[in-house]
Amino acid sequence: MKGISISPLRGALMLIVALFFLFPLFWIVLMSFETNTDILRSPPQLFFSPTLHNYAALISGKLGGGGGTMTVNYMQNLLNSVILSVCSVVVSLILAVPAAYAFARFKFRGGEDIAFTLLSFRFAPPLLVLLPLLNYFQVIGLYNTYFGLIWVYQLITLPLVLWIVRGYFEDVSEDIELAYRLDGHSWLSTFFKIAIPLARPGIAAAALLAFIYAWNNFIFALILGSSAIQPVTVGALAFITSSGIEYGQIAAALVLSVIPTLVLAIFTQRYLVEGLSLGAIKG
Amino acid sequence: MSAADLAAHPAGGSAGEGVSRKRGPGLLPYLLALPSLLVCAGILVPFVTAVFYSLERYNLAFPQARKFIWFGNYIKLLNNADFWNTVRVSMTYTVLTVGVELLLGLGIALLLWRRSWVTNLLNVLLILPLMVAPAIASLMWKLMTNSDFGVLSYLVSVIGFPNFRWATAPGSAMFTVVLVDVWVYTPFIAILLLAGLRGLPSQPFEAAELDGVPQTFVFFRILLPMLAPYILTATLFRMLDSIQQFDIIYAMTQGGPGNTLMVFQIQAYLQAFTFTNIGRSSAILMVLWAITYALSKYFMSTWTRLRERAHGLA
Repeated sequence: MKGISISPLRGALMLIVALFFLFPLFWIVLMSFETNTDILRSPPQLFFSPTLHNYAALISGKLGGGGGTMTVNYMQNLLNSVILSVCSVVVSLILAVPAAYAFARFKFRGGEDIAFTLLSFRFAPPLLVLLPLLNYFQVIGLYNTYFGLIWVYQLITLPLVLWIVRGYFEDVSEDIELAYRLDGHSWLSTFFKIAIPLARPGIAAAALLAFIYAWNNFIFALILGSSAIQPVTVGALAFITSSGIEYGQIAAALVLSVIPTLVLAIFTQRYLVEGLSLGAIKG
Repeated sequence: MSAADLAAHPAGGSAGEGVSRKRGPGLLPYLLALPSLLVCAGILVPFVTAVFYSLERYNLAFPQARKFIWFGNYIKLLNNADFWNTVRVSMTYTVLTVGVELLLGLGIALLLWRRSWVTNLLNVLLILPLMVAPAIASLMWKLMTNSDFGVLSYLVSVIGFPNFRWATAPGSAMFTVVLVDVWVYTPFIAILLLAGLRGLPSQPFEAAELDGVPQTFVFFRILLPMLAPYILTATLFRMLDSIQQFDIIYAMTQGGPGNTLMVFQIQAYLQAFTFTNIGRSSAILMVLWAITYALSKYFMSTWTRLRERAHGLA
């Protein structure tokens, strides 16, 4: 198989693959710079005079076209996405990195069972716990709070961090840590000065992936929050179902919602692929 | 260390193993794991509550009729045509998405196997759909398949299907959401299998080439068996996600038209929030949970076996 160079067939196949996976992104970006009249033109146009009107409307929050305007605070949704994702990842790192270290370094009674239980949350149907949680949150006042949502986000981010970082700790040799301990340093300083720096690529990959999963989450905030604290994923849906909003403005909203993860993905691609394959192969 | 490296250097960090384990770790590991456990225990409580709900006649519209009825909800589900429709739709969705994504992903991984600037570039670009939130991806495709201005609606009308209604027609709704799922998740499988492919030793392939072994033999007897652990992992991972699909379908049609796309979680969502029937909704979700639990148990045991084998190799 190594003998095959890029033949016309391979080239054509690659082109088709690129077209299928990139065209939707390309087209939505294009739409976001179009006026409604350009969008409704048939056949669809590749060339038009681009406008920033859609983005301006989104940022100012005054949306709509000929039929009057309505106020939609999409920027708040964006801010909510940032708050929820960043805080969830930070909380997950603080909680899960020490746990990952424990599971990697010590064989202790019930360790594997605990690790599996934590991981199994990643695979449980989210709605199953969301229904009772909705009742509880309304009683204890966590409904519609960032705190409550960030807690629930741990369901997806914590197992991810735990399992990826655990894999890294397991792959880093323990000898360096032991040598450092023999020098008379405490366990705590060994953990912070040796173990964590050595596992840094894994922690970075895990944090990155957890951020993306948190950013892309939809169902938690759909059920446990009102529009005031909902992230872009839920905000954009509310958008598309309300009539009177120009199509270009919807496209612009979608573009704004995917830009952070796409930019992050392009610049950190190496870590990401490692995280994805690790997360999957190692659990 | 990526999965590919893992396969190439399976010994990993086992050198220091046993040294520290001679001393009993004492309470330390429990202390380290405790915060994670506590946070997640907050989730176990609602799980138990959900089990309880599923055994109750519990409809928010008739609070005074709330009563413990043991397996009443489950028995009713067995005789419920909507439930069996949900089972059928979910299975169809899972089989179609995982099947198509696996074939496409394998094809793409093989296409990108040999490194060159083109394949490296495609490798980077391919990750982009995977980074789009499934709900947002669904909305993107919804804009593109809009009957008034959607570019895809226009394109299919040009090639002779002027009345193709995508997600709004019962006949093509499943096709449309599967298409979105394939768009989002095929890169996941492709990336995983590519990492697997690039981690394979090259000797068997070189030997086969020297001996003039036919390509079909190389593919089915050498490549596929060596790639099997990766394929299995990718498949199980995707199955677990796919059978629970909510975002893509909810954003596209909320389960419609009719009940053509009523997968488990959509059905349960509507039971709970439209029909306020918490008891039935919880029972449906418990059935789904049982399926995913069995799958993930199987997934975990396979994974542990693969990992032990990888570590035991050296």
